[in-house]
Amino acid sequence: MSQTRAPLGMSGRGRDRRRRVAGALFAILCAAATLVGVVALAVLLTDVIMDGSHRLSVDFLTSFASRFPERAGVKAALVGSVWILGLTAVIAFPVSVAAAIYLEEYAPKSWVTRLIQLNIANLAGVPSIVYGMLGLTLFVRALALQRSILSGALTLSILILPVIIMASQEAIRAVPRSLREAAYGLGATRWQVVSLQVLPMAMPGILTGTILALSRAVGETAPLIMVGAVGFLAFTPSGVMDQFTVLPLQIYNWISRPQEEFHQLAAAGILVLLILLLTMNATAIILRNRFRKHH
Amino acid sequence: MATTYDIDTGGARPALEARGVSVYYGEKQAVRSIDLIIPPNRVVALIGPSGCGKSTLLRCFNRMNDLVPGARVEGEVDFHGQNLYGAHVDPVEVRRRIGMVFQKPNPFPKSIYDNTAFGPKVNGYRGDMGVLVEESLRQAALWDEVHDRLGDSAYALSGGQQQRLCIARTLAVRPEIVLMDEPASALDPIATQKIEELILQLKKDYTIVIVTHNMQQAARISDFTAFLYMGELVEYGPTGTIFTTPREERTEAYVTGRFG
Repeated sequence: MSQTRAPLGMSGRGRDRRRRVAGALFAILCAAATLVGVVALAVLLTDVIMDGSHRLSVDFLTSFASRFPERAGVKAALVGSVWILGLTAVIAFPVSVAAAIYLEEYAPKSWVTRLIQLNIANLAGVPSIVYGMLGLTLFVRALALQRSILSGALTLSILILPVIIMASQEAIRAVPRSLREAAYGLGATRWQVVSLQVLPMAMPGILTGTILALSRAVGETAPLIMVGAVGFLAFTPSGVMDQFTVLPLQIYNWISRPQEEFHQLAAAGILVLLILLLTMNATAIILRNRFRKHH
Repeated sequence: MATTYDIDTGGARPALEARGVSVYYGEKQAVRSIDLIIPPNRVVALIGPSGCGKSTLLRCFNRMNDLVPGARVEGEVDFHGQNLYGAHVDPVEVRRRIGMVFQKPNPFPKSIYDNTAFGPKVNGYRGDMGVLVEESLRQAALWDEVHDRLGDSAYALSGGQQQRLCIARTLAVRPEIVLMDEPASALDPIATQKIEELILQLKKDYTIVIVTHNMQQAARISDFTAFLYMGELVEYGPTGTIFTTPREERTEAYVTGRFG
């Protein structure tokens, strides 16, 4: 070598080396940040499983709440959560998707539309207790729906509407313009373009958004207390006008008792809630993949 | 600036006639008062440098500009004695009778069969769909390559095949006029050649207006050529004349490759 050219990787002196160290440090920092989330979840899971797993049994799922911890179960709360969730999905999904379609495909791009858009974004950030107050005033009292599953589901629907609307808008916007033009170019009406091309393509994204929003709804407690979910229920609802309780409320109820046995029940309740959540997310993934395959 | 030109439609009524067509995108004027006659069963090429308004003009012919927010069209486009921009004209009907093929192949994420059948289906076609699909794919010179795999995804086809599928899909609606917006610009030379041969075939049954960047292509396939520059129609005439003895200096400069 005639000149002082160091082999690759050996030229690092001074600034060069500092640069590489900084890069490596940054990577480590990011990895550590990721770990915080993972570790927190692992600790939580271990703690809950240690406390609650031995209480998890068929009896736990098929028994009502009781003053005696050894006889208590989550039947009413589990069934209540499933009712609330199902009804919320049935109400919120079509309304949100319709709103998203209107905003993306029909609404003129005017200041009114922008104002609506801004409001939807803001609504997504409103504390859930505020929705509870709205539900109490509007559904429970004004519309006289009482402290029913219907009141609860309507309240939660309004709570998650903005989230599903925004997710659906994203998904609809992601459908390439060229596909719309192709369909319009063949003499399709706006409705045909939306229903036959845009919606099927956007559906995986819409479904993902919906399930994520429902996952939020299943964990909500505050607004449901406002609209009158009860902490102790010894029957399962048989219709949408019945009283109800939900898993988070049941868990809260147990945790607020002094006896250790009830805390174990609460942990077992949390496990049931987590399993319900995981089932929902798995359903979302399966639905999404199925839609992807078909379109 | 009105340009005089002499287009021989062979005594037939023009397939399309633009009169004083201007297009605005918001404040910006993209097309300036263009008059253009499209003779039936001919290939008309629109050429000009990027941003000259040729694609915008093409999109006026089937009201595709309606879909662009902020776009405004002035003037008239006469089709069978009716103004396409008349008050009672339904743009959906216009697009059914005047089809369009786009720059990038844009098949639907569906099977080859469903792609071809989409147009007829949305337009309420009641005949034998299988026959129509076969006919359309044959017309687009694609049948022999795909007849044994109509159920496969259109995305499994090559770029050139996809573009011919898009042409078949357009033909399946049985339009009178086919507008093509640089249909071969995303394709390799062999696929391009196939599309060009196809266009020459289609001339028998359809009127074709094609936007192209490729001047050799315009010279090879078109009967008439319109040269646009900065939103204006500079010159329009038989393709041979435009490429050999243009009247306007700007046309000559462009077709000989001195600018653009």
